[in-house]
Amino acid sequence: MAKTVLEKIWDDHVLAVRGEDEYLLYVDRHLTHEVTSPIAFESLRTAGRRVRRPDLTFALMDHNVPTADRALPVRDEYSREQMRALARNAREFSITLFDYFSPWQGIVHVVGPELGLTVPGITLVCGDSHTSTHGAVGALAFGIGTSEGEHVFATQTIWMRKPKQMEVILEGSFKNHTTAKDAILYVIRELGTGGMIGHVAEFRGEAVKKMSVEERMTICNMAIEGGARTAIVEPDGKVYSYLEGTPYAPSGEDWEEAKRYWETLKTDNGARFDKSYRINVSGLEPQITWGTNPAMCIGVSETVPEPREFEDPAKRRMVERALDYMGLEPGQRIEGTPIDAVFIGSCTNARLSDLVMVARLVKGRKVAPGVRAMIVPGSMLVKRRAERMGLHKIFLEAGFEWRNSGCSMCIAMNEDRLGPGERGVLTSNRNFENRAGPGSRVHLSSPLTAAASALEGKIADPRRYSLASVDELELEWASPWIERNVLNPLRGG
Amino acid sequence: MPEPVRRIVGKAAPLEVDDVDTDQIIPAQFLKVLSRKGLGKYLFYRWRFDEEGRPREGFVLDRKEFRDAVILVAGRNFGIGSSRENAVWALMDFGIRCVIASSFGDIFYGNSVKNGLLCVRLEEEIVRRLRGEAAKGGLTLEIDVDAETIKLPGGGIINFKLEPNVKRRLLEGLDEIEVTLREYGEKIRAYEDRMERYKMPRKSGLPLE
Repeated sequence: MAKTVLEKIWDDHVLAVRGEDEYLLYVDRHLTHEVTSPIAFESLRTAGRRVRRPDLTFALMDHNVPTADRALPVRDEYSREQMRALARNAREFSITLFDYFSPWQGIVHVVGPELGLTVPGITLVCGDSHTSTHGAVGALAFGIGTSEGEHVFATQTIWMRKPKQMEVILEGSFKNHTTAKDAILYVIRELGTGGMIGHVAEFRGEAVKKMSVEERMTICNMAIEGGARTAIVEPDGKVYSYLEGTPYAPSGEDWEEAKRYWETLKTDNGARFDKSYRINVSGLEPQITWGTNPAMCIGVSETVPEPREFEDPAKRRMVERALDYMGLEPGQRIEGTPIDAVFIGSCTNARLSDLVMVARLVKGRKVAPGVRAMIVPGSMLVKRRAERMGLHKIFLEAGFEWRNSGCSMCIAMNEDRLGPGERGVLTSNRNFENRAGPGSRVHLSSPLTAAASALEGKIADPRRYSLASVDELELEWASPWIERNVLNPLRGG
Repeated sequence: MPEPVRRIVGKAAPLEVDDVDTDQIIPAQFLKVLSRKGLGKYLFYRWRFDEEGRPREGFVLDRKEFRDAVILVAGRNFGIGSSRENAVWALMDFGIRCVIASSFGDIFYGNSVKNGLLCVRLEEEIVRRLRGEAAKGGLTLEIDVDAETIKLPGGGIINFKLEPNVKRRLLEGLDEIEVTLREYGEKIRAYEDRMERYKMPRKSGLPLE
């Protein structure tokens, strides 16, 4: 029977079926962080239980860590407490921890694939909704709650209904400063925040094949904003290249055996999906959100909606409310709206290729006066690589802040936030009310649109800026891994 | 371990907002906790309090007629977004035992089941009608989990559907971990015995540049 890649991984991990539709799945990898884990550990302790497989469990600190100088104390006492609790729990339950000072610290969804903790064909869970990101390397990855996390700690399994499947086919090729981020924003705009509820999204098609692994992470990451249970892309040679030589990926004979298995993880011809959605990305323009959920999105040259265009009174009220919260006039052009801040960061868009894209746009240019523009690398490894390449000099010369890694303004649990009424263009994944701080006004966009907006101090169309070629960046260094996985794809290779 | 949930009787409050994300149910600043308890005061915090923490007027759950509500009648896509289980803990600590909506965020729905918060999916039209009734104040509903029915004050009955496993969990209030280990321990061990080496993280890796 023809199977999808999801079904192949699913079938490989099902241990038991209960009732009509409840499956017990083995969990090959459990990633955990300081915010959603302490209560799960506490419950384990109370019940006298242990972590069944500490060797398959990895902890790190990302959600509420400061991104300023690591030598400074963590000022927020609650953040400090959660960080301490994670360190204590990792020690007590014998789990590997990448703590605040680890050279491998970073955002969990950047770190997993970058260290080879995430590989194709495994099941992976983490107490964070954006765990869907790991689907970009062909893992079946689910975001879970704290109680489910406790169940995984104790049993290394999870009970789950079999999700429905939706193929999201991206055809064509990106043109003119339009990127993977614009494609996923457009998909969510079309399908709505609930459009993929109950489904796993498998991204397919020519445009996905052509994407780098890091671009695929961007689309898988945001599938959750369309309601998807998770997302996945068939692993291919690009994924193998991304993982080869990473510290936790298989090596030697195991690597060869792994690749033989990974080669089988393709969606067969004739495999069935419950839903299908198809777009051609060739005609897309850069997208930006105007409202208070990721589906409230328009092209950067368009105007924000007018409430009276909506017949459904509930919809009309929602649009009115969002415009009011965002401080926008019905029907106004989005381009040219003055901004206070720009944030390049988050598990959506803070990998090395995102930073190189920003450098290509801002090299030799300046951030507008009065705009706070910050770059928060997705991991400390991304940061070190960028510094050896000399990217940070381009950013600092342009007037960006160059910070340490963490979730930062995307969730505003540390000091990085917008003030009440402040407007920012962010490369992250959520623009909910108060997301970047009480009263904050968030516009989501690609790194290129955010960078162009930083230069103008207004929401800007990146298409008006020429991009330096990779070679014109005059990078000071690049490892073979970076050449292969980051620079060559940007050269069109 | 959640208590069994068999019957929920009480007042319904209307929440006439679609796409309520878990950031709205409880903002990120209240995730910095080490306990499940006491989160009710932060429920819908930004809608109930201003930037200085002063109460805002008029949020539905703070109005006199709805303060003792145990059922929330919402709209479409309730509980989308972040996986934070704190959203469920805050609702329950506040006294909410059931949320009725036409659809729910998947992770929120799963978290609710684990904690014994009943989520009832109904047709959008029925949800709208119930919300309208609730808005008048004083709508008391009687929900029977086993029978999968909602009894209206006039005696009318609305049927709903729960997945069998969800219903079982609610009715029994099981310690899931205990059950999994006891009944499926051998199957788990069997997988672990056959787990391929290439699926496991290597312990000693190459240093990265």
